[in-house]
Amino acid sequence: MKEQKTFDRIIEVKNITKIFDDTTVIDDLNLSIKRGQFVTLLGPSGCGKTTLLRMIAGFTAPTSGKIFIEGQDVTEMPPYKRPVNTVFQKYALFPHLNVFKNVAFGLKLKKIPSGEKKAKGGTEKEIMRKFTKAEIEEKVNRALKLVGLDDYGYRDINSLSGGQQQRVAIARALVCEPKVLLLDEPLGALDLKMRKEMQIELMKMHRELGITFIYVTHDQEEALTMSDVVVVLNDGLIQQIGTPKQVYDEPANAFVADFIGESNVLSGTMLKDFSVSFLGAQFVCEDKGFAKNEKVDIVIRPEDIYIYPLDTGKGQLAGKVLGSVFKGTYYEMEIDAGGYEFTVQSTTEATPGAMVELRIEPNGIHIMKKLRTVNQFIGTVSGENRVDFCDGSFDINTEIGGVALEKGTKVKVFVPFDGVELTDDEEDGEIGGNVTHSLYKGTYYQVQVYSDTDEDFYIDTTDEWDLNDRVGIKLDKNKIRLEVIEEESDA
Amino acid sequence: MRSTKNKLLLCFKWAFLIVVLACIYLPILLIIVYSFSGEPNIGGVNGFGPFTFALYKKLFTNSPRLMDATKNTLIIGVSSALIATFVGTLTSVGLYYLRKGKKAVNFVSEITVINADIVTAVGFFLLSIFLTRIGLPVEKGMGWLIVAHAVITTPYVILTVSPRLHQLNPNLYEAGLDLGAGPMRSLFTVIVPQLIGGMISGFALAFTLSLDDFVVTNLNKGTNGVETITTFVYASLRRSLDPAIRALSTIIFVIVLVALIIFNIVKNRKLYRQQKQQNFR
Repeated sequence: MKEQKTFDRIIEVKNITKIFDDTTVIDDLNLSIKRGQFVTLLGPSGCGKTTLLRMIAGFTAPTSGKIFIEGQDVTEMPPYKRPVNTVFQKYALFPHLNVFKNVAFGLKLKKIPSGEKKAKGGTEKEIMRKFTKAEIEEKVNRALKLVGLDDYGYRDINSLSGGQQQRVAIARALVCEPKVLLLDEPLGALDLKMRKEMQIELMKMHRELGITFIYVTHDQEEALTMSDVVVVLNDGLIQQIGTPKQVYDEPANAFVADFIGESNVLSGTMLKDFSVSFLGAQFVCEDKGFAKNEKVDIVIRPEDIYIYPLDTGKGQLAGKVLGSVFKGTYYEMEIDAGGYEFTVQSTTEATPGAMVELRIEPNGIHIMKKLRTVNQFIGTVSGENRVDFCDGSFDINTEIGGVALEKGTKVKVFVPFDGVELTDDEEDGEIGGNVTHSLYKGTYYQVQVYSDTDEDFYIDTTDEWDLNDRVGIKLDKNKIRLEVIEEESDA
Repeated sequence: MRSTKNKLLLCFKWAFLIVVLACIYLPILLIIVYSFSGEPNIGGVNGFGPFTFALYKKLFTNSPRLMDATKNTLIIGVSSALIATFVGTLTSVGLYYLRKGKKAVNFVSEITVINADIVTAVGFFLLSIFLTRIGLPVEKGMGWLIVAHAVITTPYVILTVSPRLHQLNPNLYEAGLDLGAGPMRSLFTVIVPQLIGGMISGFALAFTLSLDDFVVTNLNKGTNGVETITTFVYASLRRSLDPAIRALSTIIFVIVLVALIIFNIVKNRKLYRQQKQQNFR
């Protein structure tokens, strides 16, 4: 056996930031990937997952930060020298070459040590050689066999179906024996049945070959099915890294909870360790370490809610069944309790219209720190009752404790979630923006808007807003609070 | 009742089509027919005269100046089209991968396509004088004509190649890099093969434009007697036109026709083969 250098972490991404035309796509991201794992980068479109993959492949250079493969800094290394290969979303096969030649493309360029050595300038240098024709043929045929396209070598690329083309793309990448295989939503263009088949085959290939797979997808089911490790991304930040079970059972925050699986996300207050209150009731939970009366997000999976008839005293919340849908092996019901519409899954049906009691066991309640409780910006006082922030100038009471702030004072501007109003017409607002995220929290929606001034606004609203809607942002000046930033006086 | 009306309409449609086609092909037809006549004047008192290949014989044996002009036309056409194809293709690829200023550069390169030939012609004429004045040994003649024609036709190559680039899978070039080919290698082994069709069309277009060009050529051919077919024909109109031109025109037309037919056959065969394989899967 040849000498094996073991770097437990085959890929390390350190403090990577990527800015495209003033938009931060990846924000100071750190990630290390263990050898041999099947890692999925999961997130909604625009979360930066493909950009991250492209930086590992070498197609895009990070604005700052470093990337290591097997301990070697590859940040400046061009893609054709990196020991990784990519399977592209739309296959990117070479249409002028047949299947065999597509797969052989990489092999023909590859150089391997010939076993002979040459003394050159005092140091012994290994002479490199190319693969022979016979070797190439053998390797290509093996790769085609691996993806189940044994007799397709002579075929034209354009005569293949989408699934077959994707197999060729996988064979073309694998035949180069990369240390890491990068897959950029490889199954996105396939129909559902084909996708399921390919998922299983990819998992099989990963097991058999033992090489590291990095898989980009926006399909949470695909990620949970296939991966050893799921990296959930949003807004260029890692939201959570964990096994599929961890990210499902113990989501790190409301975003992960909402993005992965079905869930009921509520706002509540942590009364003390192991005790939480929401919807006016008090519940025992398994979480601790929060501040007293800290506002928290609570996630309850639909299968963790138990339904009992009213007045049996077994439940903690009273509710009314609004609707029920049979989903093959269980019923999915909408139940209104305390003003929140719970989604509940159960094998027994409660008839719509019935009054019920709901019980949630301590292990069914998952408490998460709130991502943010208030919108915070940095601004400058620009005049009497006038503050500049977010590229705009706003009339805000600048008196703090009866003393007016001086012009030029740097201030933190706090805008509560309910201190922002969204308007349909962009012109009606003070700042324009796009809705990037909307999360139902029972009695209201928490909407996230990415403004044209490159800021994220969180808004609590009773209205539902569609993703990517253009909206105007209007600030309620009476609810805005200012805080003077103490100038650092060290010289 | 209704069917007769329909029939009438159909007849009219066909009649219209035939008239239009006849108008288009009449001049060409006339030249082809009269290329087999020995008479020096078309429609002269002697009529058509006997059917003969005399003009063809004359073209290859006894029309030295016309043959010279043909040779020059071919040399200028082929060289300038080759240059234009090479430069135009590279430019298209560069433009395609340009991130900023794409529109502006595209616009600038397209202006010359719409621009009147006479402007370009005078421009080249003056440029040669200007370059000579500042001490660069530029001489109007064959070389200068090749350069001028290449410059005029390059935008047309860009116009034929660019659409092909936009149809390409956006990751194709990256796939080349990913599999170990350097930037140059990826360009020539991955991207260029996809553009061959566009490059051939571009070359054909550039060659035809060069063949047709009179304005630029006439102003820039210099005094040492580089004549192309167009300038030769124009010059000899004042005296008498060598009737062998009819034979030459017929030959050119037939070559173009044959090329077009071959091109279509090849295209259909490829399509047929693909369909067959697709049915087979």
